[in-house]
Amino acid sequence: MANQKVVMDADGIDRSLTRIAYEIIEKNKGVESLILVGIRTGGVFLAQRLREKILKIEGVEIPMGILDITLYRDDVLKTQKKPLLGKTDMPSSLDNKKVILVDDVLFTGRTIRAAMDALIDFGRPKLIQLSVLVDRGHRELPIRADFVGKNLPSSLWEAVTVHLTEKTGRDEVVIEESV
Amino acid sequence: MKLTQKDLLGIKDLSVEEINLILDTAESFIEVSTREIKKVPTLRGKTVINLFLEASTRTRTSFEIAGKRLSADTINISSSTSSIVKGETLIDTAKNLEAMNPDIIVIRHSAAGAPHILAKTVKQSVINAGDGAHEHPTQALLDLMTIRSKKGQIAGLQVAICGDIAHSRVARSNIYALTKMGASVTVAGPATMMPRYIEQMGVKACCKLEDAIVDADIIMMLRIQLERQTEHIFPSLREYSTYFGLNRKNITLAKDDVLIMHPGPVNRGIELAPDIADAPFSIILDQVTNGVAVRMALLYLLTGGN
Repeated sequence: MANQKVVMDADGIDRSLTRIAYEIIEKNKGVESLILVGIRTGGVFLAQRLREKILKIEGVEIPMGILDITLYRDDVLKTQKKPLLGKTDMPSSLDNKKVILVDDVLFTGRTIRAAMDALIDFGRPKLIQLSVLVDRGHRELPIRADFVGKNLPSSLWEAVTVHLTEKTGRDEVVIEESV
Repeated sequence: MKLTQKDLLGIKDLSVEEINLILDTAESFIEVSTREIKKVPTLRGKTVINLFLEASTRTRTSFEIAGKRLSADTINISSSTSSIVKGETLIDTAKNLEAMNPDIIVIRHSAAGAPHILAKTVKQSVINAGDGAHEHPTQALLDLMTIRSKKGQIAGLQVAICGDIAHSRVARSNIYALTKMGASVTVAGPATMMPRYIEQMGVKACCKLEDAIVDADIIMMLRIQLERQTEHIFPSLREYSTYFGLNRKNITLAKDDVLIMHPGPVNRGIELAPDIADAPFSIILDQVTNGVAVRMALLYLLTGGN
């Protein structure tokens, strides 16, 4: 665990989420037919926080879904250990909805590819926008985020970890040289 | 996490951790069957052969639906339409199927141990969908899942399994499964349908239905298996029903929140009074729904990962 560096602290994460919440409302001219969909597990907590922030700003509780992308992964049958399957919970059909897909880290883009395939199985959304807390680069697919908390240039040998209170007891984004 | 063996041949070989992994995975699969588009791409390009050499509606349909909802190609073979009627041996059939390169073979056979022979013969994963009077592991897993979702947990529950214990693969698999998970199991049936030394499996045995169901949280009724009986082991169906049928009257001996299970097909009016089979505390159809999810979980967990 050499060379750990905190690149975002609790206040930083909160400010970024506040800004993203405003940006979502601005870009979509309100909250009409919006739905937040969090990708398990980090994205779910971030989506919940965005939902609370939008409620504070607009006074509207927008619906939220939870997506587990395991079954759509392009390496699901290639990994030695099967990833543990989590529950997906979509409150309604996504027909004509404006979907805000929420994840913690945007890296190769493969998770987002899988997530978009999964979303389409729940209907034909009007549009899909992507919100991430950290964009660390190194895309392997033509995917970009609409809302970014922090652009974090990183090398492939580094690991970026988003700690959230709901999961690990503290709010922090850490970059470290991986062993 | 993964299963440690290539095949699923019986509950006897599974650890508690593996059982929990299968149940947790199956719970996540429930949601797929409630979607408008009931399909995920996970097993695209994989082939599942359902080799059913004994009659089945539920299990075969359930395996086929499970495979299809995971996007696998599923092929069903039944004995009447296979070369087995021309005298081909099981091993030859297996080798020929293997030559067509499927990924999973699901087998039901009237001979105990047939899936084990198949598993040794072919390199593919083999799932036992019922072998003679030996095991029916996917039934026990779906039963565990149903109990867990209704009661919150399995450990500490009082479970009565009643009927033809000797001929029942469902009973055998469930005894292994329930005792591993920490439930107390009592079995009841006529003396002619009770295997000797059954207590060695860690259960209590009763000769009267009433004794077994006192204070039960779960009652599993078994079907009288006329096809597996070579001699007359009870005088008449009517007498059996009188002494070993579950009805409005004797069910009051169980706990107030007792749940009734049955692996199907139900012989209405024999082991189960019709009003009990259709009562709100009967969870027979939940078992069927969960069966698809359990089989999806197994197909998922046994495929790939080389």
